[in-house]
Amino acid sequence: MSELLAVEDQPLYAAHMKVYPREVDGRFARLRILTVIALLGLFYVTPWVRWDGRQAVLFDLPARKFYIFGLTFFPQDFFMLTWLLIIAALSLFFFTALAGRLWCGYACPQTVWTEIYVWMERWTEGKWARRMKLDKAPWSVEKFSRKAAKQALWVGFSALTGFTFVGFFAPIRELAAGAAAFQLSSWELFWVVFYGFATYGNAGYMREQVCKYMCPYARFQSAMFDRHTLVISYDAGRGEPRGARQRESAMRKQGAAVPAGTAVGGAVAAGAPAAKPLGDCIDCTMCVQACPTGIDIRNGLQYECIACAACIDACDVVMDKMGYARGLVRYSTQAEMDGAKRRLLRPRILLYACGLLLLIVGFAVAVTHRLPVNVDVLRDRNALYRTLDDGEVENVYSVRIINKDQHAHRFVVSALNLPNAVVDCDAPTQNVGAEEVKTAVVRVRVPAAQEHGGRSFNMLVRSVDEPRLTISTRTRFFAGP
Amino acid sequence: MSDTVGLVIAVVVLLNIAGALWLMWWATRGSTATAAQETTHTWDGNLTEYNNPLPRWWLWLFIITIVFALGYLAFFPGLGSWRGIGQWSAVSQWSAEKEAADQAFNQHFAGIENKDLAALAHDPGAMATAKNLFALNCSTCHGSDARGAKGFPNLTDRDWLWGGGPDTIYQTVAHGRNGMMPAWGPVLGPAGVEEVAAYVLSLSGRPADVQLASAGKARFETLCVACHGADGKGNQALGAPNLTDSIWLFGGSTADVKESITNGRSSKMPAQLERLGDTKVRLLAAYVYSLSADQAGTPDQPHE
Repeated sequence: MSELLAVEDQPLYAAHMKVYPREVDGRFARLRILTVIALLGLFYVTPWVRWDGRQAVLFDLPARKFYIFGLTFFPQDFFMLTWLLIIAALSLFFFTALAGRLWCGYACPQTVWTEIYVWMERWTEGKWARRMKLDKAPWSVEKFSRKAAKQALWVGFSALTGFTFVGFFAPIRELAAGAAAFQLSSWELFWVVFYGFATYGNAGYMREQVCKYMCPYARFQSAMFDRHTLVISYDAGRGEPRGARQRESAMRKQGAAVPAGTAVGGAVAAGAPAAKPLGDCIDCTMCVQACPTGIDIRNGLQYECIACAACIDACDVVMDKMGYARGLVRYSTQAEMDGAKRRLLRPRILLYACGLLLLIVGFAVAVTHRLPVNVDVLRDRNALYRTLDDGEVENVYSVRIINKDQHAHRFVVSALNLPNAVVDCDAPTQNVGAEEVKTAVVRVRVPAAQEHGGRSFNMLVRSVDEPRLTISTRTRFFAGP
Repeated sequence: MSDTVGLVIAVVVLLNIAGALWLMWWATRGSTATAAQETTHTWDGNLTEYNNPLPRWWLWLFIITIVFALGYLAFFPGLGSWRGIGQWSAVSQWSAEKEAADQAFNQHFAGIENKDLAALAHDPGAMATAKNLFALNCSTCHGSDARGAKGFPNLTDRDWLWGGGPDTIYQTVAHGRNGMMPAWGPVLGPAGVEEVAAYVLSLSGRPADVQLASAGKARFETLCVACHGADGKGNQALGAPNLTDSIWLFGGSTADVKESITNGRSSKMPAQLERLGDTKVRLLAAYVYSLSADQAGTPDQPHE
């Protein structure tokens, strides 16, 4: 309790302070714009792509069929998704150990959609300082029309997002026709509105709060950092002591000498040549103004930092103007900051890379060499075996043939490793249509007194038209004691 | 649930909700300082932790949750013996869903009660559905291939215990059948059973001791003819099987036949009409009929 009391005068809840990130331009800002356009383009365009006369990517949940270009996946292929998720997890380990929260800064949907929503805010309400002023100003016609325009853009884009999302699960062309005629089914409408609202709320209002308070990855990624991980760092050795000053060119005109022994580009406080030398940080707070999560990178690595590198771009512009070297804020490692050498290739990174490569190659092979046919063999359970009048022993099986191929196939069923077995099917060849599941009842018969007790054998299902499609399934045959 | 137990549960639930509200009020009153403080916890010598406040909207989530809980408890059962405004129950939801599914099913097969079952047996669409119904409801006993097992008749041959006309099959499926063969062991004695068994096997042309069989014939004609008929061809009105076709419901070995005579047999086909409804019973009857209808010959007609 005493520990609780020590912070008792601290409120548990704080009002949210809206962050107005300052616009920046630079290498990393341009890189993010590129990824935003690429990733969002992928999202909005993919459902419209056609393949073989159908939607190229469609997850048909009611039919349990998942189309990805030329491939059709059935629920039986679910382990592939597990495999994909393991690859995703390992890539997170790899990239995070290598260069910190790259995912958060460039690829996370939260970042990507927030970026777009900030653009729309900027087009309607102006740059960050104007937006701040507008929010503080009393309501006026201008404020109202700017806000209304922003809301219209946001709502429209949210609706498009929800619609596109649903378009991955319901054929998007029919969905578009239905939406145009205001004839969406109630469930389709619900999900469009649900995902639209989630986008609107997360990208429009929640923004960095999702990363700060809700996202678990944000928290556990820091557990994958080590001293050689590239993180966005402020070079305190070079920057401190910080302080305002005149431009170097101006100071040079005044004849101020650069004191020997100070850091690169070191300067002295303007107008006070005798004062202690200043570091490269001119304390312009551009890095703080540019930060979308509202932190000061000069305080060191913080859990709020999503590694978007906006502060690097902001600082580089200032350094250029001051005539100092770039990189006062830069991707660097903790070891480097402590004066050690940068070591990116560490055993850990190599291990992750090897594992990742192995998994990806394995996955590619598994997907491309996948047999588009699955077979389930189910023994009849009530009657263990059946003795026919002439003493032959018979077992009955339901053989489920799942044809995931986009062509029909004809199959024959036979028994392997069961001597003298006669296999009786309700039809000599089973015609299974494209993407059809068919159950054949199969009787397997052996001569009298050949078998006693149980024995394993293989039920062989072979396609007559494509011998590659041969599936052998282990099952049991039972005879009397 | 008794009223007292219900009342206790309701009071405890409401007290918990009130307690949660009070806890929120207690935790949020007081200081309005905004600067983040350290918790004074230190790990590994130099690791400290900020005591960052939660955003205020998080508090609203708590309150919304409590409002939701109250609404939920009003609409659904949860407060002791209170049934909820909607009178919802798992059983009522299940019945509603089943009723809707049955209705859709019957709608699809509307007019089936006026349809000839023999004609229905040639409707591929209806038979595809019936095949699934058979797999779900009948295959447990009669096997996936409908060829039965010991004690459960083969439905694909032309031998019928109770008759193989479509309407008779409908009767069998809808209302069930009870087959009963009395135990003759005490009456016949071991030697008598031996003789009757030999005769029964000889009826189907199975190898049997001629002497025993002729002795058994006399016994058969006094005891067995009442049900199985003088010629041993059975009686479909009673479900007494034909003993001359070498088709054995309980096995055709000497030991099996002797067992049947000594201890009798009893078998039961459960009635399905109440469980499945008329539409499904009709589909199943037509399906069972279709299993042997295409074979050569005419279905057995009831024997006199």
